[in-house]
Amino acid sequence: MESVSNRMRMLFRSAVTLAWLALFVSPGCSRGSKNAITLAGSTSVEPFAELLAEHYMATHHGVDIRVQGGGSSAGVRAVASGICAIGMSSRELTPEEKGLTEIPIAHDAIALVVSAQNPVREMSMVQARDVFAGRIRSWKALGGPDQRITPITREEGSGTRASFDEKVMAAGMPRDKDGKVVPAGLAPDALVQNSNGSVREIVASDPAAIGYISSGLIDERTAAVLLDHVAPTEQAIRSGRYPVVRRFLFLTKGDAGGTAREFINYVLSDSGQRILEEEGLTPVK
Amino acid sequence: MSNDECRSPAASSLEPSVLSLDHQATGPLDYSLIPVREKLIERGLLLIAFSAVTMIFLIAFLIFRQGVPLVAKIGVWDFIASTHWAPSKGQFGILPMIVGSLEVTLSAVVVGATLGLSCATFLAEFAPRWSVRILKPMIELLAGIPSVVYGFIGVVVLVPLIRRVFGGPGFSVLASAIILGIMILPTVIAISLDAINAVPPLYKEGSLALGATRWQTLYRVQLPAARSGIIAAFTLGMGRASGETMAVIMVSGNALTMPTSVLEPVRTLTSNIALEMGYASGDHQAALFATGMVLFIIIAILNTIALVIARPRT
Repeated sequence: MESVSNRMRMLFRSAVTLAWLALFVSPGCSRGSKNAITLAGSTSVEPFAELLAEHYMATHHGVDIRVQGGGSSAGVRAVASGICAIGMSSRELTPEEKGLTEIPIAHDAIALVVSAQNPVREMSMVQARDVFAGRIRSWKALGGPDQRITPITREEGSGTRASFDEKVMAAGMPRDKDGKVVPAGLAPDALVQNSNGSVREIVASDPAAIGYISSGLIDERTAAVLLDHVAPTEQAIRSGRYPVVRRFLFLTKGDAGGTAREFINYVLSDSGQRILEEEGLTPVK
Repeated sequence: MSNDECRSPAASSLEPSVLSLDHQATGPLDYSLIPVREKLIERGLLLIAFSAVTMIFLIAFLIFRQGVPLVAKIGVWDFIASTHWAPSKGQFGILPMIVGSLEVTLSAVVVGATLGLSCATFLAEFAPRWSVRILKPMIELLAGIPSVVYGFIGVVVLVPLIRRVFGGPGFSVLASAIILGIMILPTVIAISLDAINAVPPLYKEGSLALGATRWQTLYRVQLPAARSGIIAAFTLGMGRASGETMAVIMVSGNALTMPTSVLEPVRTLTSNIALEMGYASGDHQAALFATGMVLFIIIAILNTIALVIARPRT
């Protein structure tokens, strides 16, 4: 009896010790050794940053780069408040957010995607706007079958959504008296999903659905729609002919130093940019 | 009197096995301290019991402190009766979500209550013993499945099925109601089963002796006698349904429309908070807190109604 309870006690103690250790060792932003940095922000940039971090850490031992999501706005806030070394944003900064150092790491096209079974593969920017504004409601108007269109958008605040609003929903819209273009409102009955991935899954499984995702994420079950006769190919994006392109930004507070600087240099180097290109993004250089 | 008895050495020699444990831990017992210790433990337990209540007040306070200023700024009416939600344009109307939440919750309770009460009745009255031994643990197992798994099954199986059979996008009130209805089954079944089992067997025997059929006995005697427990089961189920978020986000479509049919997509108050919290700041964030505030009030009202209905008739 005695020895059993002693053993239990020892087990318990070591468990508690381990838990404490875990508490101190694991966490969060900007803790730990000098060579550890954290990136946080856009969920669109996150998978690419993770990949770059993996490659970087494979060749630089003793360096620890952690990548977290949270969304562009959270990334901006995190880097501004010093919680993270590098913020990631998939949209341009708002006037209130200016003051951070912006480092464009790649261009990304936002592609309009439909199911691979959907015959419609082309529309104009204005048609795309009308589809998402709920003014075009049947695929018939776009040369497809007589079927209701199910548009899928992203949630309010998403970087992808902001770029889409700014480019597609503003297409052909009149200027207001201040000379500003006010984007058309999204159809209230559009489905709302909170990640590129779930938009792609729905589009892949529903031939009547249309959504927008990073062009790099298109797979064999989904197809990009040509916008104003232009497909989101690398040349079209590079030359600026494809109309819905945004910048992926790394953000730092002031000039980055140490590991953050070295990592950014790596991302902007030929090998870093090649990785991004292989993943379907367009390099900045 | 009883204290004196406790103190006498004779008492301790009577129950050596019980007391030996205490002796090991703390040395010889001072029996005069027992009432004091008991009081202390009582007080301690009271304090712990109240900590749950304190938590509720603390949470309510925090939510209201964040939410009230925004509601005051845009006006209560514009907040709960406007149908436009576009925080980036300064529009904060949550009416479609209030309606959506109620619609999803109530239809989930309809699904869960129908299935759950039937199942509980079957288990209590008709099921052979061996099947109860299999069914009960299985049902309890349902409660252990994470909500994201329910949501995933909804997306992969239920949504495409609804799309094929009924048309529309598939992401709908119906899909949410079915998934939530299944999720609240363990709660509904366990509590209403207890309630039915708690009805004194005399009621049933008396009713059968008077010539009522088994169905009449169940429907007219046993279920009404178990009424308050059954309503408690529905209320707890409703609580879980209205608070559930992950599974609903995955199958409801989250559109900002006022749902006019069960086949249309819908956004609930909880989904609204969870969908946009990651990105929100400033007024937008405050509006999400205010959404939580409305949810808090709605759940309080629903629970109160259910409590009033469930109060035994006097």
